[in-house]
Amino acid sequence: MDLKDLYRDVILDHNRRPRNFGALTGADAQADGHNPLCGDRLTVWVRLEGERIADIRFEGKGCAISTASASLMTEAVKGKDKAAIQALYEQVHTLLTHQEATADASLGKLAALAGVSEFPARVKCATLCWHTLNAALERGADAVTTE
Amino acid sequence: MNAVSAVAAPFDVERVRADFPILAQQVNGHPLVYLDSAASGQRPLAVLRAVERYETHYHSNVHRGVHTLSQAATEAFEGARERARRFLNARSTREIVFVRGATEGINLVAQSFARSRFAPGDEILITGLEHHANIVPWQMVCEQSGCTLKVAPIDRRGEVDLGRLLELLTARTRLVAVAHVSNALGTVVPVKRIIEAAHSSGALVLIDGAQAVPHSAVDVRELGCDFYAFSGHKLYGPTGIGVLYGREELLEEMPPWQGGGDMIRTVSFEKSTYNELPWKFEAGTPNISGAVGLAAAMDYLEGLGVEAVAAHEQRLLALATAELERMPGIEIIGTAAHKAAVLSFTLRGCHPHDLGTILDSEGVAIRTGHHCAMPVMTFFDIPATARASFGCYNTEADVRALVAALGKAREVFG
Ligand SMILES: Cc1ncc(COP(=O)(O)O)c(C=O)c1O
Repeated sequence: MDLKDLYRDVILDHNRRPRNFGALTGADAQADGHNPLCGDRLTVWVRLEGERIADIRFEGKGCAISTASASLMTEAVKGKDKAAIQALYEQVHTLLTHQEATADASLGKLAALAGVSEFPARVKCATLCWHTLNAALERGADAVTTE
Repeated sequence: MNAVSAVAAPFDVERVRADFPILAQQVNGHPLVYLDSAASGQRPLAVLRAVERYETHYHSNVHRGVHTLSQAATEAFEGARERARRFLNARSTREIVFVRGATEGINLVAQSFARSRFAPGDEILITGLEHHANIVPWQMVCEQSGCTLKVAPIDRRGEVDLGRLLELLTARTRLVAVAHVSNALGTVVPVKRIIEAAHSSGALVLIDGAQAVPHSAVDVRELGCDFYAFSGHKLYGPTGIGVLYGREELLEEMPPWQGGGDMIRTVSFEKSTYNELPWKFEAGTPNISGAVGLAAAMDYLEGLGVEAVAAHEQRLLALATAELERMPGIEIIGTAAHKAAVLSFTLRGCHPHDLGTILDSEGVAIRTGHHCAMPVMTFFDIPATARASFGCYNTEADVRALVAALGKAREVFG
């Protein structure tokens, strides 16, 4: 297990300066996510154009992995439609949970999360934002938790 | 209880460490530095061997057989009860109920004592530093009986605001339930004063002693409390065993809370009669080997000397506190005048969860999170803390390893 693999520069950078951070005015849907284990909380807002995410922002308090993952996610999903987002999430999930998984080029910067797979206790930190986005897309304003 | 003798007792920590085989291992390529005894203590060989001897020589069911093993097991189990009685200086073994741990002990009192007796208008008083185990069972009773939960606040140092507590203590207060030592902050609560005040106002008192018994000699008669609950596993004993002390007059009046074998005298389909104390509260086959291990843990701790252990831990706490206070970005959460061996803190710019991972990669085991005390986190407006806690086997080298690992975290997140 290698710390440098977990806390890559991209992760540390997105933790320090999260992108698309702060409430989105004119959002069509939002959801709150909570990881009771470590107290991570975040809110995701989306503005939709049909099936496509026209804009997305998030806000919250969490560890570096959860913050960076959310920040990277907002960049990755903006402009994509729901089907493409689902496919992307499945790729990310495989990357997070399989040490032998190699990041596909299509993952872009999300590949920086590969080190999480060596730290099983931290997988939930990285997936919280995805569950929350999913809730925003599926169920509107209901809160989700990782439990 | 927080008396630290001025003359340091000779305390040979290396000899103590040799009693704990689990400590002699590498974690992530570093010697294990175990700073999580407040979550669960490790077990000395004396405990492991007592359990092994029980399991390999005289395990059997208790209270039911005439055969030799059953009698030996019963003697061991009831002997452990007598050991626990001495540990707490209770009057009688009738006052010692074996439970799974502090959580079950508190729930027993909530369900058997409070639930049927309390009514709308009655109040249960707790404090702002309680573990969820001393919050949720009372909330359940409030829902079931219509009584009200009151909370005496804490201050910025993590001390219970005694003035407010005394104001909240009224004729309506039926029960005060309070931790002896806070697991999240380390605060030693002046329970004796609270017990005296509660009694003069006509309320009974339950003390959650889970974090106190490893660090201080507890005398329930001297304290004057009505109930006292603790867990074996924080006392260098096994998991799944703990003790609820209750004053005999109170336990006597309380109905059983679980039905089954062992807790009855006679059973017919029309009516069953209950066993006497303490077995009335021990339905089903108990954790016999756990009780045996717990008794051995009490022997072990008293053999080292609880006061000597506490003095040793206080030295480590003072050293660690001084070191962390000097580190930029560190904020110590919980700065009560009297603390047990618990040091909660945050590091600016680094979430406790990240801190826990980084320290673990250096072999340093601490707890991170809300420590089952979410209201404490809310009070300090933080999601979580990192918590280092000390036991009889920790050393100054452990403190240095903690400090070095924190330096590493500051490098990563600098
Ligand atoms: C103050 C306090 N009360 C109660 C408990 C619950 O103990 P257990 O989980 O062993 O029942 C703990 C354990 O963390 C504690 O620290």
